[in-house]
Amino acid sequence: MVENRSFHSKVRTTIIYGIVLLLGFSCLLPLLNILAISFSSSAAVSANRVGVLPVDFTLAAYHKIISDGQFWRSFMISVIRVVLALVLNLALTIPMAYAMTKSKKEFRARNIYMNLLIFAMLFNGGMIPSYILVRNLGLLNSIWSLVLPGALPIFNVIMLMNFFLGIPKSLEEAALIDGASPFQVLIKIMIPCAKPSIATVSLFSIVGSWNDFFSGLIYMQKVKNYPIMTYIQSLNIDIQEMLKSGVSSKTLENVTELSNRNLNAAKIVVAVIPLLLIYPILQKYLITGIVMGSVKE
Amino acid sequence: MEGKSNKKRTPAKRKSEMSYHLMVFPGLFFLILFSYIPMVGIIMAFQDFVPAKGLFGSEFAGLKHFLYMFQLPDIGKIIRNTVVIALGKMIFGMILAIAFAILLNEIQVKFMKKTVQTIVYLPHFLSWVVLASVVTNMFGLDGAVNQLLTAIGLDKINFLGNSKVFPGLIIGTDVWKEFGYSSVIYLAAITAIDPGLHEAATIDGASWWKRVWHVTLPGMLPIILLMTAMNLTSILSAGFDQIYNLYAPIVYETGDVLDTYVYRIGLVGRQYSFGTAVGLCRSIVGMVLLLSANALTKKLTDRQIF
Repeated sequence: MVENRSFHSKVRTTIIYGIVLLLGFSCLLPLLNILAISFSSSAAVSANRVGVLPVDFTLAAYHKIISDGQFWRSFMISVIRVVLALVLNLALTIPMAYAMTKSKKEFRARNIYMNLLIFAMLFNGGMIPSYILVRNLGLLNSIWSLVLPGALPIFNVIMLMNFFLGIPKSLEEAALIDGASPFQVLIKIMIPCAKPSIATVSLFSIVGSWNDFFSGLIYMQKVKNYPIMTYIQSLNIDIQEMLKSGVSSKTLENVTELSNRNLNAAKIVVAVIPLLLIYPILQKYLITGIVMGSVKE
Repeated sequence: MEGKSNKKRTPAKRKSEMSYHLMVFPGLFFLILFSYIPMVGIIMAFQDFVPAKGLFGSEFAGLKHFLYMFQLPDIGKIIRNTVVIALGKMIFGMILAIAFAILLNEIQVKFMKKTVQTIVYLPHFLSWVVLASVVTNMFGLDGAVNQLLTAIGLDKINFLGNSKVFPGLIIGTDVWKEFGYSSVIYLAAITAIDPGLHEAATIDGASWWKRVWHVTLPGMLPIILLMTAMNLTSILSAGFDQIYNLYAPIVYETGDVLDTYVYRIGLVGRQYSFGTAVGLCRSIVGMVLLLSANALTKKLTDRQIF
């Protein structure tokens, strides 16, 4: 009986480890495949010979990228955009979130502002009125069209507010009795105490702006103004069309176009590097983010 | 402080209230500009909007665009596609995330657990622009999956070009992208369960399955309910980024959803008024869903969405 049970539990453990590993590999292998393609020769890529390791290892694709002006232009647009969005997001959400922690007694207009925030979270004008607005503001083709419409992420205001509410009131009261102004309380007490949640909000802002391709797609009319993800998306389209219809019936054009697959893979790899660089920090704040995301009141 | 609810406000209090207003104003400016002004723009759904004439110069058209929308044979199909894809993502996504969290919790080798977590959380942070390439590499006609199918003697499947399998591909790849990240919250819920309950169940002779069923899952129930309610609110957003980056006219039959439709017809096709009308219906249903979900979670758990 006892032996039987331990045998069962060994089988179970093996199966569990097997499934977990399988799921892990399912996430890893497709990503390795892109990496391998970027380091392989065009011929090997067109012949679909590349798996998770490069075939005919070459840096040719990366050499080509170095001198690709448009790629770096888009890359820099995204870098600048990420910085602008981050600064603006924090500058707007932190003070607002702090003011929202005040009771109605301390701040009479608090509930009016709060309801304005909540309603905007529930309902929106939709894609087209937003587009028309950005156009009428004359922001098309400007980097500000990528930054300003998302300048105030309402959800972040609520998350930060909840985090501020978790900081012991006594800290704040002590400072107020000592004659500190609300701005001093915010800067000297609340912000230092809320560092982990501010870090979380910042990281999500960075990832969100870096990954967004849609604003670039609708607000930028010229490729030269595309942020990196919109630029990569514009490259994807042609190749995908071809892969969908299949290359079994290879024509000459198909082959030459396909030879760009390793170049595009390399562009994707370079475009993902900034995310990989912050990924370790991101993982550290994952839990904070999730806990903040589910509001408890 | 509580006792002083006098009508007269001290100068100090008024001064600090002014500071709070100042903290709100910059954000408020952007809130009004980019959230509330587009709401005014909804008027164009009731007009024959011409950009050159603007919102105040365009002719009113009453409910024309709404009536037209409900007459379109496409609209039923698009709503169905949206709901099918969104529900599929939600149901399979939650099941896999919960199962994965339970299994991951059994992993005793710390190094392996950490490594697997690092890998499965990664796709969540990658853009669909990037992952679309990954998916086409895997599921294209000459992709890895089809090579595998050929190798074991099966017919190739045109995942990206066959409208019968396309929704499955969309649901499957989204579940793949998100299951790791979604499992974080379930894993947190599992670790919060009192280990004493498991010990007691083991002493009573409960098998692993029984313990999962009678201890782990009931312990996770509040979180599962909360996540279900939250996910239900996005039933009308089937994931624009993903579908836009993977679909083609050949799969519109099953792959076209509300957001891609509004984008294509309204924005690219410049039918601004009609697009706004469709968007308005979507927003209203979305708001009703969010309000009901919030009421529901408040009732079922001690949490709420907003």
